[in-house]
Amino acid sequence: MWDLAGRSLDIARLRGATYADARVMHLRQRDLTTKNGEVGTLAQSESIGIGVRVLSNGAWGFASTDHLTKEGVAACAAAAVKIAKASALAKRSDVKMAPENAYVDSWQSSFRKDPFEMPLEAQIELLLKADAEMRRVKGVTLTETDLQFRKIDSWFASSIGSRIHQRKVISGCGIVATSYKGDEIQKRSYPNSFGGQHALQGYELVEEVDLVKHAPRVAEEVVALHSAAQCPQRTGTLILGGSQLGLQIHESVGHPIELDRVLGQEANFAGTSFLTLDKLNNLKYGTEIVNVVADARQEHGPGLGTFAYDDEGVPAQCTDIIKDGQFRGYLSNRETAHLIGLERSSGTMRTENWNRLPIIRMTNISLKPGTWKEADLIAYTDDGILMDTNRSWSIDDRRYQFQFSTEIGWEIKGGKKVRMLKNPSYSGITTEFWNSCDAICSREHWTLWGTPNCGKGQPMQTMGTGHGAAPARFRNVRMGTAFGEK
Amino acid sequence: MSSPKKMGGQEDVVLSTEKRLRDLMQVVIRLGKAAGAEETEVHLDETIDALTRFANNGIHQNVAEHGLTVSVRTVLQGKTARASTNKLDEDSLRAAVESSLSLAQSQPKAPHLLPMPGKQRYRRVQRFAKATAELSADERARAVRKACDLAVQEGQVAAGIFVSGQMQSAVGNSKGLFASHRQTRAEFSITMQQGGATSWAKGNAADVRDLDPQALAQRASKKARMATNAVELAPDKYTVILEPAAVLDLVGFLFYDFSATAVADKRSCLNDRMGKPLFGKNISVWDDAYHPGQLGAPFDGEGIPRQRIVLVDKGVPRNLVYSRASAKRAHKKPTGHGFALPNEYGEAPMNLVFSGGKSSLEEMVASTDHGLLVTRLWYIREVDPYEKVMTGMTRDGLFRVEKGKVTTAARNFRFNQSVLEMLRNVEMMSPAVRTAGEEAFEMVVPAMKIRGFQFTEVTKF
Repeated sequence: MWDLAGRSLDIARLRGATYADARVMHLRQRDLTTKNGEVGTLAQSESIGIGVRVLSNGAWGFASTDHLTKEGVAACAAAAVKIAKASALAKRSDVKMAPENAYVDSWQSSFRKDPFEMPLEAQIELLLKADAEMRRVKGVTLTETDLQFRKIDSWFASSIGSRIHQRKVISGCGIVATSYKGDEIQKRSYPNSFGGQHALQGYELVEEVDLVKHAPRVAEEVVALHSAAQCPQRTGTLILGGSQLGLQIHESVGHPIELDRVLGQEANFAGTSFLTLDKLNNLKYGTEIVNVVADARQEHGPGLGTFAYDDEGVPAQCTDIIKDGQFRGYLSNRETAHLIGLERSSGTMRTENWNRLPIIRMTNISLKPGTWKEADLIAYTDDGILMDTNRSWSIDDRRYQFQFSTEIGWEIKGGKKVRMLKNPSYSGITTEFWNSCDAICSREHWTLWGTPNCGKGQPMQTMGTGHGAAPARFRNVRMGTAFGEK
Repeated sequence: MSSPKKMGGQEDVVLSTEKRLRDLMQVVIRLGKAAGAEETEVHLDETIDALTRFANNGIHQNVAEHGLTVSVRTVLQGKTARASTNKLDEDSLRAAVESSLSLAQSQPKAPHLLPMPGKQRYRRVQRFAKATAELSADERARAVRKACDLAVQEGQVAAGIFVSGQMQSAVGNSKGLFASHRQTRAEFSITMQQGGATSWAKGNAADVRDLDPQALAQRASKKARMATNAVELAPDKYTVILEPAAVLDLVGFLFYDFSATAVADKRSCLNDRMGKPLFGKNISVWDDAYHPGQLGAPFDGEGIPRQRIVLVDKGVPRNLVYSRASAKRAHKKPTGHGFALPNEYGEAPMNLVFSGGKSSLEEMVASTDHGLLVTRLWYIREVDPYEKVMTGMTRDGLFRVEKGKVTTAARNFRFNQSVLEMLRNVEMMSPAVRTAGEEAFEMVVPAMKIRGFQFTEVTKF
């Protein structure tokens, strides 16, 4: 691989590139699903190729190919330079890159059980068992389960001398029960919706979440939702479960801090950000207990945003995003760091595959734990609604106004969960919402949730991001608007 | 076997010939037989794509890609599974075949698995334009430069993409079925920003000569100027005039429910509603892969020819689409809408065409006493799957209409609106046109004037 990557850099240099980097990537994926007691998807795929990024005439070019021969990578590198020269026909200014050291390293994410080495029969049996457990409950009309495993090798080489190999093993799993009755379709998922929990772990993740154990509860809850009371329309106290709060962080903190959005580079598709440069160190993002970091380091945990180096060869870092409620930092790359006065990239360039250009992406954007015990959070709430497990999410293109709905809610009265609520939803304005946070649960309730499906870029790239969160409480939140008084 | 030659480089890359696809397919089928597969199916997908991306009135990203993927599905003792690779040497193809067989054997027998279909007859579609396939990075850059020059001249900031590409897909199996399709795609999308105001325009066609990037830039520029000084209105039910892109992105979420498998799974909004009036009598929709406003292959994931299907006739949902498996369960004929097997989703209509109307957008505005003109919608998600309540935001140009005229820009709203109800409240429609959006695949849809569209909250811009 190093020969191919090195050759592409040599050709790029010969053709006039002033900087070049190349990523050979090999991705392997296995998907298993069941539906109503039968195997659904059963597929395995692999993809290998090279992407070459170059600077020439002060502008970027990128080309990729799966033709991994000397001739193929040479042609690819030459094409990247040609494209860069075309970019220069309509460049705004010459690209400047923050300095970075050269690294020669090899890193592998930690895992205990390689999912690709585990017996397939056992994996399918597990899903069918969880599926059967859900179908035992009368009223369940659709059951679904899934396992997904990925192994990603990347060989990064750059013209400043870096040679970095990284291997990541990623696992994901989940179950869903759906119930159709009357004029309602209700759904419950575990451990999270839209594919379950995903992490930079091996098969041990699947064993830890224990799908079979939770299947009966998921099924019973979905049936019970039909006779639950409708979530009322009102402004009041909201408690969010950890997985829902993880998505809230993703949408209302993670995306607006992407510096490419802030600078208008995503204006045509993903949108821009309310966090204009004047807001840095000058905005009260949340209450004093709100502390958010972007942390790609392994010590943060096995998140989907954990790595040793980003995809432009910058080591993983931890950056304060919100500290004691104040807005402190963006996600940057080597091209944009100097625009916010940084001497170095914060190391957030990531690519989905060999055929995609690295762009600024979230790493692990996590809300630091607070001090509350989850039981106390309920006990010390006189009147509120607890919402858990995302059902829908939407936010405007500058990341101000959002609306989320969840699969399930519980009314809290006098410090107790008194009844189940169906069709819960809440909405608000980002900074008003975070400035209404008055309690965050402690480390023992904190989970590093995985969001495997974050879309951004043109052409679109899907990326996995991590979001550490513990249940938290928010005051004066608008609730119940999405469904109205059904 | 020697590895089938794949072309290196980018701009000079051409799609593999049909002979090469057939040869590659035969190699995989032979390997399947040698490995003990009772049946083998092969999918080949090749993409050559280039995308020039601009922002802040200059190109900031510019990419090209070429890839060919082989995907093989084998069947053994009533079990099936799929394995894919983009490594085309014989050892790698053999490994993919063996992987597919290994996956297949690891599961219980699939009770509803059908034998693979034999040879089919296909209606040809011509969707390949040499002018698009040969468009260079320099040509895209020059068109972008012109759009950015317009922005600079107007005191605005442009961002967008210019895409040109070609793709082909082929499916074949050990029963002798073979189908292939190639097409080109050109796309130009532009956002113009003026102060805090934005507007947007997008076009998409097989032939780049049918695309006018400068006209799209001018349209977005003019609307961005109109979008300045937006006023805040109270969220409420409004009469709205949705431009085609806004219609497309919203109704796009409805049509997965026309899958027979979705109805059988009871996850469709059409559960217990087929054959009953559900939309206004002015709404008729069909799925037609052969419509001149459509792109895409004339066959489905199993190689079954796509049929033209009437989905909604004068407001009544009449037909679903069927894969071979869902057709057998329902005692129907497959309609050529199945996804590649194995999968749990079944099928979906992918070439939607609305009947539309005869009104112009100007006539809709002129007939509106109090309402809103909506350029596009954004971040649309499903809130209620049975009533098909969708939420999302307006984006890139929301305008107040008063006494038949567009008067001012308005701050963007959040909506929570049932698509079923919306299609009962359509008062006027334009002729349906091929439309590109961001949240649904391209369709042939009209602009619509709709009464009682529910906005629930307002944002800050």
